[in-house]
Amino acid sequence: MAENILDSKVPEGSISDKWENHKFSMNLVNPNNKRKFDIIVVGTGLAGASAAASLGELGYRVKAFTFHDTPRRAHSIAAQGGINGAKNYTNDGDSVHRLFYDTVKGGDFRSREANVHRLAEVSANIIDQATAQGVPFARDYGGLLDNRSFGGAQVSRTFYARGQTGQQLLIGAYSALMRQVSAGSVELHTRSELLDVVTKDGQACGIVVRDLLSGEVTPHSAHAVVLATGGYGNVYFLSTNAMMCNVTAAWRAHRKGAFFANPCYTQIHPTCIPASDDFQSKLTLMSESLRNDGRIWVPNIEGESRRAADIPESERDYYLERKYPAFGNLVPRDVASRNAKTVVDEGRGVGPLANGVYLDFSAAIERDGLDTISAKYGNLFDMYQRITGENPYQTPMRIYPAIHYTMGGLWVDYHLMTTVPGLYSIGESNFSDHGANRLGASALMQGLADGYFVLPYTIGDGLAGRLGEPAVPTSDPVFTQAVASVEADTQRWLSTNGTKSVDYYHRELGRIVWDNIGMERNKEGLEQALSDIPSLREEFLKNVRVPGSADTLNQSLEKAGRVDDFFELAELMARDALTRDESCGGHFREEYQTPEGEAQRDDENFAHVAAWEWNGAGNTQTRHREELTFENVALSQRSYK
Amino acid sequence: MSTGNAEIINVTIKVWRQNGPSDDGHFETYDQAITTDASFLEMLDLLNDSLNEQGSEPIAFESDCREGICGTCGVMINGRAHGPQKATATCQLHMREFKDGDEIVVEPFRAAGFPVIRDLAVDRSPLDRIIEAGGYISVNTGAASDANLTPVPKDAADQAFDAAACIGCGACVAACPNSAAQLFTSAKIGHLALLPQGQAERWSRTEEMVEVMEEFFGSCTNHGECHEACPKEISLDFIAFMNRDYVKAKVKNRALSGQA
Repeated sequence: MAENILDSKVPEGSISDKWENHKFSMNLVNPNNKRKFDIIVVGTGLAGASAAASLGELGYRVKAFTFHDTPRRAHSIAAQGGINGAKNYTNDGDSVHRLFYDTVKGGDFRSREANVHRLAEVSANIIDQATAQGVPFARDYGGLLDNRSFGGAQVSRTFYARGQTGQQLLIGAYSALMRQVSAGSVELHTRSELLDVVTKDGQACGIVVRDLLSGEVTPHSAHAVVLATGGYGNVYFLSTNAMMCNVTAAWRAHRKGAFFANPCYTQIHPTCIPASDDFQSKLTLMSESLRNDGRIWVPNIEGESRRAADIPESERDYYLERKYPAFGNLVPRDVASRNAKTVVDEGRGVGPLANGVYLDFSAAIERDGLDTISAKYGNLFDMYQRITGENPYQTPMRIYPAIHYTMGGLWVDYHLMTTVPGLYSIGESNFSDHGANRLGASALMQGLADGYFVLPYTIGDGLAGRLGEPAVPTSDPVFTQAVASVEADTQRWLSTNGTKSVDYYHRELGRIVWDNIGMERNKEGLEQALSDIPSLREEFLKNVRVPGSADTLNQSLEKAGRVDDFFELAELMARDALTRDESCGGHFREEYQTPEGEAQRDDENFAHVAAWEWNGAGNTQTRHREELTFENVALSQRSYK
Repeated sequence: MSTGNAEIINVTIKVWRQNGPSDDGHFETYDQAITTDASFLEMLDLLNDSLNEQGSEPIAFESDCREGICGTCGVMINGRAHGPQKATATCQLHMREFKDGDEIVVEPFRAAGFPVIRDLAVDRSPLDRIIEAGGYISVNTGAASDANLTPVPKDAADQAFDAAACIGCGACVAACPNSAAQLFTSAKIGHLALLPQGQAERWSRTEEMVEVMEEFFGSCTNHGECHEACPKEISLDFIAFMNRDYVKAKVKNRALSGQA
């Protein structure tokens, strides 16, 4: 397998000057010419809504697509804890450089330094922008913005809006988007699902979408296409992602030539509510901010049968505080998650299925009072009680890790452009800024950084040279063929007429992926996955039953295509994990660990991004690499002790 | 297989089936055994799995986050929007709220402004038209000043948040005998009008949003059912606030445009 080296197009200069200089040297499209360019934005979460709004404000002709009934439903809305911003309002030593440093280190030295620095640079602008839009961030009694600390950092730089920060930021971006819809600069298409990316002569020229209500398949043409379509955590079936989150847009772009990077980097969130039965539809996350005041523990002994309250202090193991005295319960997510798995695997798990660990607020309630804890976390406690029927003010919460975020995604260069010219990817759908592990409160930051402050500049650089060039008409054969192929796929699903539902196969696929490409991986399991996934897929294609018709709302039909793409992605995840012979961040290979059980990186051989090139259905993808150099943050073994 | 005192109960589901917007629709009845630890929508998932296996079409219903925050879900359960539990979206409702032998009637959100798409799914896009009419603060990307330049009294920020907590599910409209959208609209108007950032457009926003609301929805006659059904318990005070601002807006906007 020949590995080519990818060019990330990172500008020259010192790390703190790169973005500033680059903004000056990029080509501009003058204000009157912007209206001559059509841009398609797919997805209206934080990244997509902020990008579509900002591009509309600049004067481009924007078409925004969402498969939801309204842009405000996107899964960004479920983010609870907060958004990082290097404001140093708390005077505790924060700076752009420190946020940059924490993010590179937290990502276990597998991210691109220049992108991360740019992210840290614009982080403060995001807080300003959101505040100006009316996002009701938490404030202190002086009326100024409040901050909290978060995992992986020793400063308080996280801005929050109760436990609903994602919701409030998305409403901000959504309102900015609706303002542009009202102004006529953005044409909004709801309930429209991308089913193909169209290219002509290697250049992205549009998309094909299916109207989820009428079933109509239509082509849309543009000078540039932006995918802001989120992550692929639902490949595990059980995850904290919303039910409809999927990889389809990114995957179909991959099949059209966009390289897919680091698919094995998946993040497990340490504080989710453990599953209670076999047909559970999804897992619910409890904000990581709970770890600020909750203490994590399990009983000292296996098979403990007493209730939490009856277990004396001396018989409890506060294992994170014991093993990591400096960071304690605030170690990064991957460390917290693996440690929870270790104690549960030892038989010390709690709850009826012995599948969780305690997150205990009794000490915090005693110290700060019930009212203070309730003001900080009240809505999260209510949410927990609704789901489990247990009152966390009285008995400790039970938590366990679950898939939450995917760091891998479409490979993009410094301009956020994929390997297909004219096709961009922003937010969680790209791979760019979090390396092998994302820090808490950084997903909202990245989505909005890309959409508000990065893409609106870089996309202009790509368009400037194309002035006068018309968009490819939708009558072009590249579009008519793409439409025909989407329609043929639809008919194939409806005529398969097997015996099992799409959900059945999704759940089975999820089991394989969780067991073999989950929190810990090993060679044997990954090879097993590479044999199990294609055989399950073969059965899926023969035996799935998709009832109903194509010309109406048909949720089974929608899911069939998404699950099919998950099958192909899952195989690539296994292959990527198998070829990365090291452990880093969310990718933990059992064969590669330190004597203390921490991830053992191999910087000599794996300080690179693996980006996979599609070679046609049935063929193995080609692995390319982007070398990562660390000039500003010295490579070191992460230690949170 | 449970978290605590879970048990298996048998319930009868009487659910609205409607093939499309122009179909008349009718009720169908199904029996389902379910653990009380399951959520209401997981109960429908199981029912759909068995319908699929029997070769029937599953019941169309919408949901996404299943955490009560995205606002995608929402059905009438025994005549109540989002069902019997206070401050709870449909997706957060669990079967422990029901007893063995219960009959549960499930219908789509019913309102003139929300036409049925299929089975339990309805079209709530008029809510977007209301936001489009002015539910924003006009600030282009990059035009913001430092976030701490304008202090916002904590009480005002907290109150604005209470309004901003709206998830746009439309339960307020479905619960209202008049299919009015006052609670939804006033939540957005209240959120923005309580903040200093929202003052510049306060009067034009109020007038424009209220008038678009009236194109799609009925009138408010103070039943208060909207608040009872609201999963975020948004206060009726915001409706009073909006009404007061609307009257003021009529005068002020005329004055601002030089007509008075």
